[in-house]
Amino acid sequence: MPDDLPHAVPDPPRRERLPFVWILPALVVVVAAFVVVEQKLAEGPRIDIAFLSADGLEVNKTKIRYKDVDIGDVTDIHVAEDRKKVVVTARMHSDASEYLVADTRFWVVRPRLAGGSVSGLGTLVSGAYISVDVGRSHVKQRAFQGLEVPPIVTADLPGREFVLHADDIGSLSVGSTVFYRHIAAGQVVAYSLDPGGASVTIKIFIDRPYDTFVVPASRFWQASGIDMSIDSEGIKLQTESLTSILEGGIAFQTLPSAARAKAAPAGTAFTLYTDRERAMRQADTEVRTFVLYFKGSLRGLSVGAPVDLRGIPIGEVKSLSVDYERDAGTLRFPVEVDIFPQRIRGRDRHHDHPLGMDETSDVASRALVDSLVAHGMRAELKTGSLLTGQKYVALDFHTEVPPERVGWDSNPAVFPTATGGLDEIQDSLGSIAKKLDRVPFDQMSARLLTTMSRLDDTLKTADKLVRQIDGTIAPQISATLTEAQSAMKNAAAVLGQDAPLQSDLGETLLELSRAARSVSALVDYLERHPESLIRGKPEDPK
Amino acid sequence: MTTFVTGRDLGLRVCTHCRATVRAIRPAPARCPRCGASIHERKPHSIATTAALIASAALLYVPANLVPVMRMHTFFGEEDDTIMSGVLSLIQQGSWPLALLVFVASIVVPLLKLIVMTWLLLSVVRKSRGSALQRSKLFRLVEFIGRWSMLDVYAISLIVALVQIRSLATIRVGLGALAFGSVVVLTMLAAQSFDERLLWDAKAND
Repeated sequence: MPDDLPHAVPDPPRRERLPFVWILPALVVVVAAFVVVEQKLAEGPRIDIAFLSADGLEVNKTKIRYKDVDIGDVTDIHVAEDRKKVVVTARMHSDASEYLVADTRFWVVRPRLAGGSVSGLGTLVSGAYISVDVGRSHVKQRAFQGLEVPPIVTADLPGREFVLHADDIGSLSVGSTVFYRHIAAGQVVAYSLDPGGASVTIKIFIDRPYDTFVVPASRFWQASGIDMSIDSEGIKLQTESLTSILEGGIAFQTLPSAARAKAAPAGTAFTLYTDRERAMRQADTEVRTFVLYFKGSLRGLSVGAPVDLRGIPIGEVKSLSVDYERDAGTLRFPVEVDIFPQRIRGRDRHHDHPLGMDETSDVASRALVDSLVAHGMRAELKTGSLLTGQKYVALDFHTEVPPERVGWDSNPAVFPTATGGLDEIQDSLGSIAKKLDRVPFDQMSARLLTTMSRLDDTLKTADKLVRQIDGTIAPQISATLTEAQSAMKNAAAVLGQDAPLQSDLGETLLELSRAARSVSALVDYLERHPESLIRGKPEDPK
Repeated sequence: MTTFVTGRDLGLRVCTHCRATVRAIRPAPARCPRCGASIHERKPHSIATTAALIASAALLYVPANLVPVMRMHTFFGEEDDTIMSGVLSLIQQGSWPLALLVFVASIVVPLLKLIVMTWLLLSVVRKSRGSALQRSKLFRLVEFIGRWSMLDVYAISLIVALVQIRSLATIRVGLGALAFGSVVVLTMLAAQSFDERLLWDAKAND
């Protein structure tokens, strides 16, 4: 059978060569090399960030994001050698290498509830990530200290930072809002206790359009919560906004006199006042301090209480204290008051400057104060509000006071005082009480007692007398009265209109009048014919 | 002992296309008188081609296991999964039989294929004579098993197609899947290009 098999047909010989397939492994190697190199190129620098804890961070899962764009991945998390920190190693993308400068900040974004805002809610489901605020420095850096709290102000936020000094922080915290005319204009960035612990320095950041309103004459005050004050002027309630009630805040405004001033440079330091009134009031640059010695109690007078001149506040109480006078062996209670002479305008309008503005007028202003005192100006304590019992210092002219002079030789100068108002009433009440005290109530009462017993006797005899009268005299009186009654009746009968006496009397009177008329005619006739008296009446001529 | 005779021993050639058996001629390059296809004594460059494919597959096996095969982007963040991480997460979830299946099908089998193919190639090159029967059985096993290695790729393509819920969850194929698929295809091609008869040639040459 095999012999019948046909022969294969010869083919033209082909050149022996390496099979085409061998290009495949070469291709694989090239592609792999390309991918690896590309990845190496895309891989940026490796950085270390130190945090206090690695809460929420996961190796190979946690991203590093700048403006919500991934710029790196966490590749390793380990505890630092000193065990105080956690070091997070991250591999950055190559284009992120220029972000890694000295003042670049890293922080972990987690769900956070702070003050009036909730942030990082998205990380509840997606897991925490590390956010970056790229700095402006040109110094490259690879190891960073992570922030535990997200920064309030990022480097690319337009605006300026200012410094405030205050006695205490109040209810402010990092992130508290700064208000300008009730508009949220900035935030508290940081605060720190000054060395020595006597005051607090607060850093605030004012956002771009509003920072131009911060001028050297701007005033900042605490708008924290509800500011309720009860003083001699009554009860006041001030708030800035609802959120500031919850988390505190700062407000600022510019004094009207300096409204058009140039914006203050960044980092300018300001004083943070406790309330708006105090902040806006302190326009007075010139202060004259006097000391007052009052006779009465200082209860109700507090530091900051107004000194007013017929209702116009021209100063305030600076301090209250107790002095022991060693020589006299007595206690004195000096009340130091600040008077702002600028609030008293000079009568002399030509100069157009407030009193005591320039140093040369010191003598003149002293002379003025002297003359005011000579005219009876005295300081006295007055109760501003009966409700709260708060007192203030009133300056007024008194006519009936012994002449006194200002004690310029002591420092501060002593301004004469007068007792007035309630004090005066209190004094007079006191003297009345003393006089009452001197009345011999004991003796008086003894005498009163004897007098009373005598009076009692007297009354008893009087009683006897009355009974006698009642028994014997009264019936007689009664009889007399009945008789008198009948007599009166008779009289009435006699005098009645239709009584005979009446008509008789009428007739008599008529007769009498006729008679009178006749007499009158006779007299008349006689007057005209007096001869008839002798000759008789002549015959009628007819 | 029975002696086996091959066509080559009898000076015969078989056309691999129309299966016509013809007499060999010298010089070697020849065509089938019936269908005109080239007729070779053995598959031309079988060893070199297989070696090239095995080498490529071996090279790709590394990224197939290191580079993520699947990139899952969900509401909870992004997650990359390699085959091994998938196996590990299956074990963590407690479904270890499935984990074992995936591990065997996707990691052990391709690796075994590579090792077996390499060994077979080496044995042919070195003209080793022993255990030709075992080697032949092994080769058939490799050839049979090869198609099942695509299980992973098949599963991934299904998942990727199904899970496309915008913003909530999207799954994309990673480079690893491509590498893995390439490994499987290349090993299959290698098995195909390998001429099984070479295993017996050394024996017949004594």
